[in-house]
Amino acid sequence: MTISHADRTPALKRTRGWLDRLGDPALKAITFGAAALAVTVLGLIAYELVKGSRQAFHAFGFGFLTSQTWDTIHNQFGALSLIVGTAVTAVLAIAIATPLAIAIALFLTELAPKPVRALLGALVEMLAAIPSVVLGLWGILVLGPFVQDQLEPFLNATLGFLPFFRGQSSPTGILTATLILTIMVVPIVASVTRELFATVPPELREGALALGATRWEMVRGVLLPAARPGILAAVALGFGRAVGEAIAVAMVIGSQIGIHWSLFGHSDTLAARIAVQYNGAPTNLTISSLVYLAAILLVISLAVNIGAQLLIRPIDSRPRRRRIALDRALEAQGLSAD
Amino acid sequence: MSDTSSAPFSLRASGRLRRRQLVNRAMGGLALGAAALAVTVLAIVVISVGSRGAGALNLDFFTQSQPQGFNPKGGGVLFAIVGTAILVGIATLIALPLGVLVAIYVSELASPRLARLARMALDITNGIPTIVIGIFVFTMIVAAHGQSAFAGAIGLAIIMLPLIARATEEVLLLVPASQREASLALGVSRWRTTLQVVVPSALGGIITGTTLAIARAAGETAPLLFLTSLGVSSHADLNPFHPLQSLTLVIFTYSEQGDPGLQAKAWAAAFILMCFVLFTSLASKLALARYRKKLGG
Repeated sequence: MTISHADRTPALKRTRGWLDRLGDPALKAITFGAAALAVTVLGLIAYELVKGSRQAFHAFGFGFLTSQTWDTIHNQFGALSLIVGTAVTAVLAIAIATPLAIAIALFLTELAPKPVRALLGALVEMLAAIPSVVLGLWGILVLGPFVQDQLEPFLNATLGFLPFFRGQSSPTGILTATLILTIMVVPIVASVTRELFATVPPELREGALALGATRWEMVRGVLLPAARPGILAAVALGFGRAVGEAIAVAMVIGSQIGIHWSLFGHSDTLAARIAVQYNGAPTNLTISSLVYLAAILLVISLAVNIGAQLLIRPIDSRPRRRRIALDRALEAQGLSAD
Repeated sequence: MSDTSSAPFSLRASGRLRRRQLVNRAMGGLALGAAALAVTVLAIVVISVGSRGAGALNLDFFTQSQPQGFNPKGGGVLFAIVGTAILVGIATLIALPLGVLVAIYVSELASPRLARLARMALDITNGIPTIVIGIFVFTMIVAAHGQSAFAGAIGLAIIMLPLIARATEEVLLLVPASQREASLALGVSRWRTTLQVVVPSALGGIITGTTLAIARAAGETAPLLFLTSLGVSSHADLNPFHPLQSLTLVIFTYSEQGDPGLQAKAWAAAFILMCFVLFTSLASKLALARYRKKLGG
């Protein structure tokens, strides 16, 4: 206790100039501004969509959601058949993609020889990187003819007793759109699931194997239960992606209003309808109705994302602990400097 | 040596154990099949785009402007390539500094509650369908000021911002606390520590995260549909405040044409775009994995 209070204060003032004293609040203010802007954009998006869809909302109200008509000539609009088309394609795509993605993740974490794991994982993720317009072009000109000439006749011959697999074969339609969406969703779900499996503690796996479980029993009894909430979140994110995909779906689904049982027939989705019609929209009410569709899409994507985050949160909170520890250390330092 | 099955204590699995092992093997086979299917689909897409696109690729394709008229022959997509570069360049100029600042705030400065709010906003923005972002920028800017590459770039920047911010935040968290503590212990103020110690050691990760976002933005079509030029024009316009063309819009427009010459151009444009996107995203992912290992270990 030889150093007096009066001796310490000037020394601190010399090492920390005005720049240093201004720097901390300045950096905090600038970065806070950037973060506030990012949050504001989200609010602005919601505001603009509400504003833009007001005219259609006044004209049709919530009846918009239950009406099938989409008639640009008589200015009558309803979203029901688009909502159904979106739900059918997205649900089918996620139903096909989820087991595939989980199987891929299992292969990548459990079965693949170590040297090829990273490479295979990168290849699967590359599937997600293909631009949707490229996948759409491929869907029209390569997948479409295959669906028309091979897949649909085959499905009709084997499962034709069901109403879903009847009707005229066509290169475009619900089935082609579903397959394209499946290709987009599989890598998303697979890469998240793979990371979840990798975080399961090795003791748990080894314990199950040491008790005599086969590898599959270990997967079913240990890995899948441990990863379940995360997988659900990944599926939700994949579903959100499938619902929001506009371009590739617009290119292959056939853009037709109407609800029918057959998967071979043409249909349309919320996002695809906006993509196709917005530029040539003839009336303000049409534009407003399209913005209404965008607002419905926004609500769906908000619900899906917030739901997914609530599922993921317990997993996400780990790295923060380190930062809190640092904060405490800093506070302790601040106290000692006073 | 007698046959194992006739020995009194058989080592070969039988009954229930045998069934368990069969199930195990079947599931392994299914997993292998699923992985093979994914890789096969990737190969089919890459090969079919490559084989159709490579045929239409020549020097003209990169150096000529788009052909005009009803039955166009020859020509290239020079201005679409340039347009994409300008669009993505402006979007990066907007999204990179903003994204890094947001990440610094979230990982270094914010209280846990505000950090969670900002993080949530970023993740929600990331989940918004890109077509909705297109509509938003249209009603915000284009409805009043007309189409421009700048409007398109803002749409792309909204898509890139959460990607860059989240990638940056992740690498900032990887920077060892000991580095921050060492700097602070030397009496360096917090903002200097952040900008001169923490951010530089995270620089590699920030760059690869940005490259990934660029690859994603270059392949986007939906947010550009109503923001920048959908039509095909041949004049050399580089002004970002005019509507410019982009590769994705060219593919989208040409894919709906019956003319096989234009379809061939669509394939060629798709091929270039796919090569660019796959190469940059693969390279940056590999770099990121390596970088993470370096910081983590």
